[in-house]
Amino acid sequence: MDGAESAASKEVQKSDEAGMEKNENFLNPTPMLDELEKGPWPSFISGFKELAERTKKPMLRGVMDQLEYSYNTKMGYWKGGLVTVNGYGAGIITRYSLIKDKFPEASEFHTMRIQPAPGLHYNTAMLRELCDIWEKYGSGLIALHGQTGDIMLQGIEQDKVQECFDELNQAGWDLGGAGAGMRTAVSCIGPGRCENACYDNLKLHQSVLKHFVGVLHRPEWNYKLKFKFSGCPNDCTNSIMRSDLAVIGTWKDAIEVDGDEVKAWIDQKGIDALVNNVINHCPTKAISLKNGEMVIETRDCVRCMHCLNAMPKALSPGKERGISLLMGGKNTLKVGVNMGSLIIPYMKMESDEDIEAFIEKIEEIIEWWDDSGLDHERIGETIERVGLKQFLEGIGLEADINMVSRPRDNPYFKAKY
Amino acid sequence: MSSPEKKWKTIESGPHTYEDALHPVVRANYGKWKYHEIPKPGVLMHVAESGDTIYTVRAGTPRQDTVDMIRRLCDVADKYCDGYLRFTVRNNVEFLTPHQENVEPMIKELEAMGLPVGGTGMCVSSVSHTQGWLHCDIPATDASGVVKSMMDTLYHEFKNMQMPNKVRLSTSCCSINCGGQADIAVVVKHTRPPRINHDHLSLVCELPKAVARCPVAAIRPTVVNGKRSLMVDEAKCICCGACFGACPAMEINHPEHSKFAIWVGGKNSNARSKPSTMSIVAHNLPNNPPRWPEVTDAVGKILLAYKEGGHPWERIGEWINRIGWKRFFEETGLTFDEDMIDSYRHARTTFNQSAHVRF
Repeated sequence: MDGAESAASKEVQKSDEAGMEKNENFLNPTPMLDELEKGPWPSFISGFKELAERTKKPMLRGVMDQLEYSYNTKMGYWKGGLVTVNGYGAGIITRYSLIKDKFPEASEFHTMRIQPAPGLHYNTAMLRELCDIWEKYGSGLIALHGQTGDIMLQGIEQDKVQECFDELNQAGWDLGGAGAGMRTAVSCIGPGRCENACYDNLKLHQSVLKHFVGVLHRPEWNYKLKFKFSGCPNDCTNSIMRSDLAVIGTWKDAIEVDGDEVKAWIDQKGIDALVNNVINHCPTKAISLKNGEMVIETRDCVRCMHCLNAMPKALSPGKERGISLLMGGKNTLKVGVNMGSLIIPYMKMESDEDIEAFIEKIEEIIEWWDDSGLDHERIGETIERVGLKQFLEGIGLEADINMVSRPRDNPYFKAKY
Repeated sequence: MSSPEKKWKTIESGPHTYEDALHPVVRANYGKWKYHEIPKPGVLMHVAESGDTIYTVRAGTPRQDTVDMIRRLCDVADKYCDGYLRFTVRNNVEFLTPHQENVEPMIKELEAMGLPVGGTGMCVSSVSHTQGWLHCDIPATDASGVVKSMMDTLYHEFKNMQMPNKVRLSTSCCSINCGGQADIAVVVKHTRPPRINHDHLSLVCELPKAVARCPVAAIRPTVVNGKRSLMVDEAKCICCGACFGACPAMEINHPEHSKFAIWVGGKNSNARSKPSTMSIVAHNLPNNPPRWPEVTDAVGKILLAYKEGGHPWERIGEWINRIGWKRFFEETGLTFDEDMIDSYRHARTTFNQSAHVRF
């Protein structure tokens, strides 16, 4: 908002600090937590203490006291609840202390999930403004970032939430997802810096999440639904394992080979390195040496990325680029780890029409899940329960051999004869 | 409270815009990058088709940051990077600048602030982890503390690139494992069925919901002291903690019986082998704040063996596929036991259905 005001508030706090002159007395002793100030890795406890001593916010003192207590008793003491902003049904993670009689200063410690820009890009003006608003209303603790992909503004009281949100919202920030709805998405750096980005994942992320913004704020499905957008099969967002809808960049044609750079690579690292570290690691033996030249058989290539990673200057993804969609990734509870599996092998992702076609497909998928899923059932679990074939029928997709690692190994089914 | 008079009408804008958060050189070369090199640990050099070059300096952060810390990061970005910065999914901060001469002074300044520069290439990067006692409502431990303790011992490995391939770590405060699958994951493992508070249960829980949450149908309705409640068939219970999420009166956490397990071989990337899930290689480690030395020690043993024995580009799971689990346990000094044999769905897919034997 206005920079002068924030600068001023900084100054005021500084002079407050000088005036009080009893920094060492503000926080209560936390001998267990102090152990985490030792060692070379940056200490979050030192950070908390610095902030608490500067701002003298009682909530910070209370939360540190309760955390120290947890370190002693080896139990957690937060319970959930329902705090939200006008018109929204999600985005604030409510935390009340279960032991507020002991630590009244920690009685409320709610988190605001905020959606960052796709790819976690920032300019300092927006980040400073975020910090100033957050310091004004909240504790000043921020996790960058939560496992959901959100900016986690940790520690605010219920009666300040609306005002804080209004100010954040005016500055261009919106709450993230929670509960049984669309969730905040995650993208890798994408075309912002990576030579392997096979589509504009930042743009797709932005478009898709804007489209589903209503159900992100007002959850109404069986359970959560997460998107992650990775620019290439290196999958730096861990989308296959961590998202219901994994959108991964890929290409159809041959890997681009720069012959001179291949030669330069071999000159520098030697033919042994080429054989041991590139050719032998190809999962489908698609690379061979012919008269000392490296040859890639495109029909055998599965676009795993290894050779491109090993020889980034010499090899690049092909030109006919697009996305693959995998679905159903989620972690252990309750049926065991479920990795996403391939549902759409290839879709073009260049024009606005491509994005619209993608969103249309996703809407059909969600509609099917909304009809077929059970309470607390992620889409991968629904597909496993009813069958991939039934899912494909439900959303009108043709079966494709790329969807399975091999055809079935048992003969028990009813076919249409 | 104060009546909301200056009513701001909410704009449901979704993710923040990103175009204005991209460095001008990034914007100019968006989608037109040619290749990259890693001139030294913690520094990336990306070259665009246009010939433009952008340098990235990467540093570790505590993830549990404060406005003070973030303002300091902004100061660095303003001084050296025209006011732009970003974060990685592993909680590292990245500063992008087209000016090569800014790289070394920036490294010095970050190190002086106590932030280790590294996390690139074949190193141990920072840990993706959960909220723990600081903020979660169902945690058995404090991931931030475990991570700080682990990264203290792995500081050198973060700042150098001496591993066979990159190592991704995660830490989670319950078996939901929000920290995620990783090359090495440190995850809480409950070892006892939930303790039920029969006085409160029917007041705070929807009984059918808690019953339905159980993956092995071990929860049944019952009446205790005239109150409707639930009981757990302890022989059936697999100590997953799923019921606790639905019903806070089914306390799964225990100061002594909630332990740690160590898992290895998770891989998210498609490079070489397909993505793989983790296997358990140690469990029953104590939940021992504030420094969790037993956990740190076990992780160190695994990393040491991998660093010594892994071939270039092999991730931990791929290294184990080559040398076999028998040698993995020998070389790490960890002990395989009968509880590491899967007993859940698809267990058979983890049995050795062949005559391949290692002696």
